[in-house]
Amino acid sequence: MSPVETSVSRREQRHSLALTLGLALVGINLLVALLTLFWTPYDPLNASGGRLEAPSLLHWLGTDRLGRDLLTQLMIGARTALLVGTGAVAIGATVGVSLGVLAAFATRLADDVMAATLDILIAFPTLLLAMLVVAASDSASLWTAILALGLAISAIVARLTRILAKRVLRQDYIVASRTSGTSWAGVVFRHVLPNIWPTLSVNFALQFGLAVIAEASLSYLGLGAPPPNASWGRLLQEAQGTVYTAPIGAIAPGIALVALVIGMNLLADGLRDIGDPTRGRSR
Amino acid sequence: MTALLNIQGLHIRAGDKPLVSDLSFSIRPGERIGLIGESGSGKSMTAMAATGLLPVSIGVSGSIELDSQQVVGATDSVMNRLRGAAAAVVFQEPLTALDPLMKIGRQIAEPVRRRLERESGKTSKDVVQREVRDLIDKVALPQPERIINSYPHEVSGGQRQRVAIAMALACRPKLLIADEPTTALDVTTQAEILKLLDQLVRETGMALLFISHDLPVVAQVVERVIVLKNGVAVEEGPVKAVFGNPQHDYTKTLVEAARLFDEALGATG
Amino acid sequence: MLDLQNVSFGYSREQTTLNDVSLSVRPGVSVGLVGESGSGKTTLLRLMLGLIRPTSGVIRFGEESLDTGNSAFMQRYRRAVQPVFQDPYSSLDPRQRVIDIIGEPLRSLRIPGDRTQTVAEALEAVGLPLDAMRRYPHEFSGGQRQRIAIARAIVARPQIVLADEAVSALDLSTRIRIVELFKTLSEKLTLVFVSHDLGVVAALCEEMIILERGKVVESGKTRDILAVPKHPYTQRLLASIPRMPA
Repeated sequence: MSPVETSVSRREQRHSLALTLGLALVGINLLVALLTLFWTPYDPLNASGGRLEAPSLLHWLGTDRLGRDLLTQLMIGARTALLVGTGAVAIGATVGVSLGVLAAFATRLADDVMAATLDILIAFPTLLLAMLVVAASDSASLWTAILALGLAISAIVARLTRILAKRVLRQDYIVASRTSGTSWAGVVFRHVLPNIWPTLSVNFALQFGLAVIAEASLSYLGLGAPPPNASWGRLLQEAQGTVYTAPIGAIAPGIALVALVIGMNLLADGLRDIGDPTRGRSR
Repeated sequence: MTALLNIQGLHIRAGDKPLVSDLSFSIRPGERIGLIGESGSGKSMTAMAATGLLPVSIGVSGSIELDSQQVVGATDSVMNRLRGAAAAVVFQEPLTALDPLMKIGRQIAEPVRRRLERESGKTSKDVVQREVRDLIDKVALPQPERIINSYPHEVSGGQRQRVAIAMALACRPKLLIADEPTTALDVTTQAEILKLLDQLVRETGMALLFISHDLPVVAQVVERVIVLKNGVAVEEGPVKAVFGNPQHDYTKTLVEAARLFDEALGATG
Repeated sequence: MLDLQNVSFGYSREQTTLNDVSLSVRPGVSVGLVGESGSGKTTLLRLMLGLIRPTSGVIRFGEESLDTGNSAFMQRYRRAVQPVFQDPYSSLDPRQRVIDIIGEPLRSLRIPGDRTQTVAEALEAVGLPLDAMRRYPHEFSGGQRQRIAIARAIVARPQIVLADEAVSALDLSTRIRIVELFKTLSEKLTLVFVSHDLGVVAALCEEMIILERGKVVESGKTRDILAVPKHPYTQRLLASIPRMPA
């Protein structure tokens, strides 16, 4: 095969490998999270063994400094991570895309104002913004964190959507759609959104990973959700003092965190290609 | 007379896909050749190959001799010396062929300075400026002061193309390659640019390789034509012969189509 | 059928793109709008498509005047007047199947009938195979895409088709076939063809309107104008066109 052809098929192979791996990693997390709704090995809140026990047949990952089963905590952590990631991206996507599409249609002045506002919001480090929101609210609950992260994400999504939507709106097929009698709403749903989806979906997957890490950071700093909502970040924080004597306490949540984020990133490419009719050959 | 451009058995490939197959033709000094083809014919590829401007991912094999120097496989330093002196190119899209952030005067001065360095080493500001003005005059651009101090987007498409021609002329090339130079221009502007090219080529005695898909346009400026289809030369000969009595089926289709529109316009005014 | 009376348009106060333009589109009489860049022909087309409103003057469609705000009127207008654009690569939504692209006017204008059947008829009229319906634009060549665009324009059986440089982006051999298609279609509807290419307009249109810098400088029967161009701009235009050697 010629050099150009082999590189194309190799790229396709890499793509499907990445997609499978991504699906596997995220899938495992999802299954575990769903499982915890019905069953966990032990009670997450109370001690079920001695303190800082090493991994054994009874406790696969051992216990934490309060004697609680680590595996249980890890599994619930998966649920928290997925909840935060999905929730934050859902808020960010809904608010962000809506704002972005509106901005794309706005008149020059309104558009400039909106773009400037978004730029200011984006300039704020996501984590700092989330911390501000959490600190400002009375209760440090999971939903506060999700809301805060969702807002931060929405600014980025809005800006991206605005640029992508504007590019699409310049195309002739948009004018053709209007002269076919389609309303502006119809144009947005039938033409604009499907055409900006590929880039947006990749962005959502990446934001998911960032949201999960951000939540872990918040929990690590003690600003996250309190028990029973275990978070991998909190587990990491609790394992700090005993990282040399009972390393599994830090390694397990660390790996879980990395695995989920990498899995989501790998999935990002796959998401973009799904539903892209030009993925084959174009003339 | 040795050919200025001698192409023998040229093959151009992108991966497995052949873009140009077994192309051979030559241009003698002062000769004007037209390369006719539609999109995908490989006509622009051939011009790029002749000046060594194809990207490395595109495979070129065969022989291209430009001013007795082999181009296929030539190093960049060899090609840099050849480009400009042996052949200069005028492209289709004047907006992208000029640097949007540089004033026109400076852009024309660049090839002038390079040529002067190469020839005599004298590149004083006055000498360069005088030549720049001279060139602007040659391409019939009005208000030279304004042009020199303008940016590309501040002048019209036709004027930009004149600037591109001036820059090509600045190199004093032996061969001028014009790749669809008037396709992006209005009909009235096109007529002016074609007249200009015709006049300049006659005055300087340059050879001309004119690439286009527009048959009547090509007929205006060249003596011989080569018709390309999917990278293969299907017909070659003097303009009158090829247009008047096309042999190959493809040429016949093109000529018929061109005549149809031509006849709709009625008798020549 | 479609009348523009003393229409002017300017994007800003200082800049008038169209100045006091009047023209009539009569049923069955194909008309070409000829102009170079800056002539205002694109603006004229957008006015006729109801995408922008004239700054002064009136556009009449039949008895009514073109009111872009009146949605009931616009529905009827859009059904009667459809466009074909220049760039076959940007006028089709790359993420839609051909059947949905062509069928969009049927959906949005709420035209009754079996949509698939109507689309099939349109495909047949433009010389494309029926299996094209399930495919995507990127699977087609420029000429074929233009046929798809034309199918979309005629699917609602409009009275007028406004073609904006519809063959300019095509190769010569493809161009001739699409021009022939337009010629066939113009037997059943009125064609308004905007172009800078006089040869194409001459091949397609009975009448011609020459635009220069936003004004109509000459208009009338194509044959007459070509034989005896009156306005100096028309003369210059004709003289500039490169001709085939005899």
